[in-house]
Amino acid sequence: MDHFPLNWGRPRNDAVDSYSTYPITQRPNHAPKDAFSAGIQHTQQPIVTGTSVLAIKFKDGIMMAADNLASYGSLARFRDIQRLHAVGEHTVLGAGGDMSDFQYIQSILDELMIDEFAAGDGHALGPAEVHNYLSELMYARRSKMNPLWNAMLVGGFKDGQRFLAYVDMLGTTYSASTLATGYGAHIAQPLLRRAVEGREDTLDEEEARKIIEQSMKVLFYRDARSLDKYQIATITAAGVHISDSLQIETSWSFAEGLRGYGAQTQ
Amino acid sequence: MQHAFAPSASHPQPQQRQFNPYSENGGTILAIAGANFSVIAGDTRQSEGYSIQTRYAPKVFRLTDKAVLATNGFAADGNMFVKKVRQRLEWYRHAHAKDMSLRAIARLIQTMLYARRFFPYYVYNILGGIEEDGSGAVYSFDPVGSYEREACRAAGAAQSLVQPFLDNQIYFKNQTPAPGTSHPAHLPLNHVLSLVIDSFTSATERHIEVGDGLEMYVVLAKGTPLQGLDAIQGITEMTATDDGERMFIIRRNLKRD
Amino acid sequence: MASVFSAPGFDFSNQLRNNFIAEKGLPLPKATSTGTTIVGCLFEDGIVLGADTRATEGPIVADKNCEKIHYITESIRCCGAGTAADTEFTTALISSNMELHGLTSGRKPRVVTAMTMLKQMLFRYQGQIGAALVLGGVDATGPHLFTIHPHGSTDKLPYVTMGSGSLAAMAVFESGWQANMTRDAALQLVKDAIAAGIFNDLGSGSNIDACIITASHTEMLRNVEMPNVRVQKERQYGFRRGTTAWKSEDVRNLIVSEEITLLAGGDEMDTT
Repeated sequence: MDHFPLNWGRPRNDAVDSYSTYPITQRPNHAPKDAFSAGIQHTQQPIVTGTSVLAIKFKDGIMMAADNLASYGSLARFRDIQRLHAVGEHTVLGAGGDMSDFQYIQSILDELMIDEFAAGDGHALGPAEVHNYLSELMYARRSKMNPLWNAMLVGGFKDGQRFLAYVDMLGTTYSASTLATGYGAHIAQPLLRRAVEGREDTLDEEEARKIIEQSMKVLFYRDARSLDKYQIATITAAGVHISDSLQIETSWSFAEGLRGYGAQTQ
Repeated sequence: MQHAFAPSASHPQPQQRQFNPYSENGGTILAIAGANFSVIAGDTRQSEGYSIQTRYAPKVFRLTDKAVLATNGFAADGNMFVKKVRQRLEWYRHAHAKDMSLRAIARLIQTMLYARRFFPYYVYNILGGIEEDGSGAVYSFDPVGSYEREACRAAGAAQSLVQPFLDNQIYFKNQTPAPGTSHPAHLPLNHVLSLVIDSFTSATERHIEVGDGLEMYVVLAKGTPLQGLDAIQGITEMTATDDGERMFIIRRNLKRD
Repeated sequence: MASVFSAPGFDFSNQLRNNFIAEKGLPLPKATSTGTTIVGCLFEDGIVLGADTRATEGPIVADKNCEKIHYITESIRCCGAGTAADTEFTTALISSNMELHGLTSGRKPRVVTAMTMLKQMLFRYQGQIGAALVLGGVDATGPHLFTIHPHGSTDKLPYVTMGSGSLAAMAVFESGWQANMTRDAALQLVKDAIAAGIFNDLGSGSNIDACIITASHTEMLRNVEMPNVRVQKERQYGFRRGTTAWKSEDVRNLIVSEEITLLAGGDEMDTT
């Protein structure tokens, strides 16, 4: 039997590409592959990974949080790594994704800040400049098909201005009053938006901390690659402060009366 | 013949994951040219998959006093492309002590897009503004630089919803004029603005990636009366010079679901 | 020659055939899916179910106000996510069977019965019926809440979510649910969970439906919140009569007239 529908006469309506934008019958491509392309290997998947980073704007600046876990696949490999990194006096960088790529980025930024300090021109890089530098770096690496496998948040406070923005492995950037990477974008972002949108200029630090704590707790309940140990960074006019590790208080009492998944009662 | 096995389990394919350098960030843009004005608009939602990344990410950018560029597609490419176009326009200013004309910007954009023919900017561009002869103009581009001057164009996620509406309402396609009359060649500004707003409220209703906010840039040719523009709510003037073209931005909210 | 022996287990030859045909460029037709937020939660005297009302076909909104809380019995209801037709037909079939079961046994059928019928049917179809369900109700043994996945697995939990907005809705439940909530508190929590889906998940949108089931009464709250009313258009788009051009005009009389001539008497109806 001839299995090519184009040879059957008039094809079925939903198989017709009426604008001819696409070849309908895709034949297998047996063209030889570039023999030399295998000679260069790039990061094609992350190895040791961090999960979500959360951040919100509040009255006096930015608050950011990330847990202390670096996973190796489904193994909780390193339980005390720091994913929040201070860049100069005004900026914090929080990263999810590949931790070795993140540490490489930290070293680049540290070197950049030293170079800028050595220039001695009285201009310190602020969060907007750091974010722009990072977005160019990430976009350049994705354009070389050799990405840095991260999703990052840049938060900061300089010259009376709050700054909060996102950048990822594709060089995609955006900003909003609440941001989250990874699973946080699906789980925590709805909570953050509900709590923060429209109240950015009235939330005080204590309220902001409550919102972040609650979101980190929900993430620990539902993200299988998360940990109940995390850090909070606050960036205000006073500068950068990254807390010691904090413990999430959890409650599992709801599970007490549960029996089975269906008909069983005992 | 019976198969007591799942075919995918019996022949495990060698898994090779290739890095995909592109993404698709939703949203829609459109531009309409009048006789002596141009309107360039875009929604402000940026999304990926089923997630809203931000409710406010501009897709429409002022290039010069009389040129506005709207970009749609992969946001990282779009932002980088606008950045590079602006850089070229600044170099031009330094070299020639004047702004590049609209038709020259259009040709520049074509060559910049085609320069990346085999690793394209995954971006649909619409350039709007005022030509040197004072007429309103719209240029639309495909991702690799094919372009033409048009009276109106929609692009992006809801292009297939909006463009037929514009064809009908701007070009009067499928509309026979009343006997003894003819369709106008150009519509007045307030009429065009209401068509733009209705295009976006309709696209918001029926396309999941369109919504949150609407930004409309209006460029008026030199010496054009305001035509009631000053009475519109939520309008901000961003004209840079006293004796040239005037530029305005109008912001509206769209549904957020 | 066909083999007389048939191996035990499932027959996947249709799937092989479908994959082959799809590979050759004739994909299966696209179905309307309800990329959805559906939820359910337990409270002090029953169950609250909730759903949004958007149905999508890819990125296009197919229905802005569809009903996703389906009737099973008077005190059992089922929210559906996934392929719209699959959820509708599956719940309708099980609803019929539950009615028959009630008539046969002479008792009010139980929630576990509906759950078992649904999971056995879905398992039989090996996930090909794309129905992801939240089943809730109250019977002689008390209130029960289940999720049923397309492959037939089930969960029994005090608060559940399903669909593309399930993560947004679950975040709201995880931060707000408590045991033995009042009816009002539970309804508000369900509304908040659905709203989180509507405003954060592109697959969900439009209005909120809810259903409160207690031992004595079931209350279906259709469009209990409408946070996304369509805005007024700037212009009116009526068309002048004669706008559409035509090439020829042909008026046909739809009345069929026929003349009857009686050839001989005696066959007429007696109308006296």
